[in-house]
Amino acid sequence: MTALANRYDFTLIFEVTNGNPNGDPDAGNLPRLDPETNKGLVSDVSLKRKIRNYIELAKSGEDSFHIYVQEGAILNEKHRLAYKALRPGDAKAEKDAKLNPKDDAEAIKLRDFMCANFFDVRTFGAVMSTGINCGQVKGPVQLTFASSVEPIMPLEISITRMAATNEAEKKQKAEGDDSSDRVDNRTMGRKHIVPYGLYQAHGFISAKFAERTGFSQSDLDLLFDALINMFEHDRAAARGEMATRKLIVFKHENALGNAPAHALFDRVKIGRNVDGEFRAIDDKRIGNEPPARKFSDYIIEIDRENLPAGVEIIEKL
Amino acid sequence: MAYGIRLKIWGDHACFTRPEMKVERVSYDVITPSAARGILEAIHWKPAIRWVVDTLHVLEPIRFQSIRRNEVGGKAPAGKIKSAMKRGDLADLQLLVDEDRQQRASTVLVKPAYIIEAHFELTDRAGPEDNEGKHLDIFNRRAKNGQCFHQPCLGTREFAASFELIPPGTPLPQAIAESRDLGFMLWDIDHQAKDRPALFFRAVMENGVVKVPQPTSPEIRR
Repeated sequence: MTALANRYDFTLIFEVTNGNPNGDPDAGNLPRLDPETNKGLVSDVSLKRKIRNYIELAKSGEDSFHIYVQEGAILNEKHRLAYKALRPGDAKAEKDAKLNPKDDAEAIKLRDFMCANFFDVRTFGAVMSTGINCGQVKGPVQLTFASSVEPIMPLEISITRMAATNEAEKKQKAEGDDSSDRVDNRTMGRKHIVPYGLYQAHGFISAKFAERTGFSQSDLDLLFDALINMFEHDRAAARGEMATRKLIVFKHENALGNAPAHALFDRVKIGRNVDGEFRAIDDKRIGNEPPARKFSDYIIEIDRENLPAGVEIIEKL
Repeated sequence: MAYGIRLKIWGDHACFTRPEMKVERVSYDVITPSAARGILEAIHWKPAIRWVVDTLHVLEPIRFQSIRRNEVGGKAPAGKIKSAMKRGDLADLQLLVDEDRQQRASTVLVKPAYIIEAHFELTDRAGPEDNEGKHLDIFNRRAKNGQCFHQPCLGTREFAASFELIPPGTPLPQAIAESRDLGFMLWDIDHQAKDRPALFFRAVMENGVVKVPQPTSPEIRR
């Protein structure tokens, strides 16, 4: 596998319709909000989780595409449990005591093994408690928090369920209810949704770190596939409709880069679509416009003028 | 300080975690010298040189925000990796996020912007081909063109840092008009020391400027 020869920066633009893209555990699972600007947030780890899940689906444990940080148990583990039950006393290397690598050379071997086998270790890095300094892998791919283009307005939707979980819940319900003729086991719940939000995240890929972990060109293509398709396989009651709308990649000719990342990101401008005309978000006149509810309410412009030498814009989607 | 550089850095958020509050992370009020050194190293570093941070300028008011995330509690155990290598089988090598979940809040800085004034010294690993001018040129060229070894970050990797070189001779942007005693703050980690690697200093911000003591200064406490 040849390592990456170019630095890349990318901006990912995705939308949510009537769903909760990323709940805030601090705020009762309300969509994450920047309290100062009221713009919605999606954490970097939430996006990474979706990339991992997509790779797991797309490659389903193919050699060198395993996923280290997994959600839920995998079937193999269950098989192992069955074997253990059938043959007691056979598995001896199951619970070994805490082991540390003997020296730096061994730590490097362990690191290389993890990078070669696990896509997420190779891509995002991992912390391995080897007790020796080189037990930490920094991956080449770095993602930032995604932030919505405009302030969002989360809605709280109350829903009912025609059943109770247990007797206690039923009793509780009956006590609070005075009307004797309505004794059905109904419980109520809440859902938080964002009616519509267009979010933008930035990403960075270091060619130099890719060299160290063996993150290759085909891994990169797979990563872009994952960014484009990850929401297609992350359907859930809470998510509503989410989709990647644009993936704009800046490819640098030089491994170290040819231009500052922030200057490239500034070339992607997102504005409101007012009768087919681009209006910047901070334009006072859009205050009179109705709130955006679909992707066509926005216009994305890419400034391709006077591109720094050695930078190529690739629109993946 | 003949070979000094000045770099402006900024971003949306930053988390320079206080070591005493690292489980539910709380950021220091301003960037630490060690984080600043890491940013410089992300742009240019060779074993032949050592970056020394001289001054930190705080350009934006100090403000905080709280973010809570689901995180994993465990790390990859080396022993398990080793046994998987020996077996040639990956079956029991994974981390289950649902079973090893921790919810942690981070108190992070909002919209920080700083200027790092720093210089470098040659180390004893410098060969005959290394000289100050060469490394200074490499750094200045990279910083000017936006080149970096990897994108620098403001404390943790999800908070990317944008950077811009302030060329020699141009005036610095005005720091905030605020003075504050920042208390004891991490200066850097001494990776050579086995027992007590963390080094601290008494940080005082005067009109937005924090003077950082030099490596052998008595102001640095262990």
